[in-house]
Amino acid sequence: MSLVALSDITIRYSRLTAVRDVSFSMDEGEILFITGPNGAGKSSLLRAIAGVTPVASGRIDFAGHEITGQAPENIARLGFSMVPEGRDVFGSLTTEENLLVGTGMHARDRGWRSRAASELEAVYATFPMLKERRHGQAGLLSGGQQQMLVIGRALMTNPRLVAIDEPSLGLAPNINDQVYERLIALRAQRQLTLLIVEQSSAWAMMVGGRMILMRGGQIVLDGDARTLGNGEAIQAAYFGYEDH
Amino acid sequence: MLQILFDALSLGSLYALGALGIALIFGVMRLVNFAHGDVIAFCVFALLWPSTDAMAIVFAGQLPWYLLVPFVLLCGAGLSVLCEIVVFRRFRKANPATMMIASFALGFVIRYFLLMLFSSRPKSISLLPELSQPVEILGARLPLLQLITIVATMVILIGLTLFLRQTRFGLEMRAAAENFSMARMLGVRANRVIMGAFALSGALAAAIALIFGIQTGTLDIQMGASIMLMAFIATVIGGLGSLGGAVLAGFLLGAASVIMQVMLPIDARPFRDAFVYGAVILVLLFRPQGLIAARGTKERV
Repeated sequence: MSLVALSDITIRYSRLTAVRDVSFSMDEGEILFITGPNGAGKSSLLRAIAGVTPVASGRIDFAGHEITGQAPENIARLGFSMVPEGRDVFGSLTTEENLLVGTGMHARDRGWRSRAASELEAVYATFPMLKERRHGQAGLLSGGQQQMLVIGRALMTNPRLVAIDEPSLGLAPNINDQVYERLIALRAQRQLTLLIVEQSSAWAMMVGGRMILMRGGQIVLDGDARTLGNGEAIQAAYFGYEDH
Repeated sequence: MLQILFDALSLGSLYALGALGIALIFGVMRLVNFAHGDVIAFCVFALLWPSTDAMAIVFAGQLPWYLLVPFVLLCGAGLSVLCEIVVFRRFRKANPATMMIASFALGFVIRYFLLMLFSSRPKSISLLPELSQPVEILGARLPLLQLITIVATMVILIGLTLFLRQTRFGLEMRAAAENFSMARMLGVRANRVIMGAFALSGALAAAIALIFGIQTGTLDIQMGASIMLMAFIATVIGGLGSLGGAVLAGFLLGAASVIMQVMLPIDARPFRDAFVYGAVILVLLFRPQGLIAARGTKERV
């Protein structure tokens, strides 16, 4: 059974249809890139799964539950962890407080405090820089450090799936390399299921895995990133030659 | 001199507590709660048995202080949470202007409810009369209540700070105040945080009601509104949503009022409030974002 399944999802912002009848599913352990030009509806799709953007029609299932129309905090509790576009660090909180915000959702479980503490150590081991700045205000971290922080924060909830919206947005290329290096290492370490939205398909081709290409609110291509990346179909999808 | 300082601090305390109650709710749901003043009025009248007679029939007001204080705090928190569940929950996705109008309406409902039960005549009540005794400190004679007001406010402020900094619930509240939807995506329960903010804000309103009731000895349905206006101004000067700013501005406003009362020429004193508001306009001209801009509002424009 798949971990995430979307069927016939349509998302509208008043009159504008951002996503039209999109269906796809994703298995545990998979890495999936959703790519496509600006305005293709990638972020809307991600936000719909997270529960922060309502869907006009269709159905979303996650981890064996229907989550269409559910509150974001309930979807998070099922193990969907979101890193939104623009990172959304809690700037007035310290680095460590940022990491701890999400651990409260397991507060009903036995031994959650010690699990949170060991999770914190694990995140610090992956991102030593965060440990150095643990008591500093998170808003003062650099863009790259903030990106590491929000990835760490997403991991702290012990998620079944981590969704990241444009991790490379606004970061220097060498910082991007670092971010992806860590992501790949984390994936190998924890068998993370990753759903990554990127505008360019370059990262998908480099990292490998599955790639879905969206344009105008619909899926135009779905397949292995490396095979797709070499074809002409991808050019057509981005630049829309078939329309003109 | 010392007298002026204590006057400024105790008046500032009231404004600061009021501003804090407004800022707490604004922080988590971008609601400017104009019903706050009427929650204050409700808490005072909770001390009386409902009657439209001119004579106040004291009910809870006769309790010893260690029962009276928790009773009034609970009344405030309870009413405030009730307002959230019955009214504001329906408006959560509405825009801030709609919520503000709803809070106005709710305030009037509470006020007229009190009017129905107690009539509009102010009532006099002697609450904990032993607090009106003067005490002598460093040569200044001060009512004991003034001292208690200042000390109680400090205790509340320190307690609230510890609560927000040290507890899990406080952490979730601070995260939610800065970015509500991100906090929810991390599993923070929206209802719990918002209800918590309303409960705290209601308890703060109750604290003001107690101090105000003991201080003036008269209960008036309009009494919440006067303090509410100053408290609201303090929240704006402090930077809407910034708790530290609200407290700071509350004390500054208190100080400005008291100092102008003393310093202005006798003829100008009746117009003190005009001078205070003039100073408010000046501050906002130079710092339209408030003294301490709240991060959440700044980034979410």
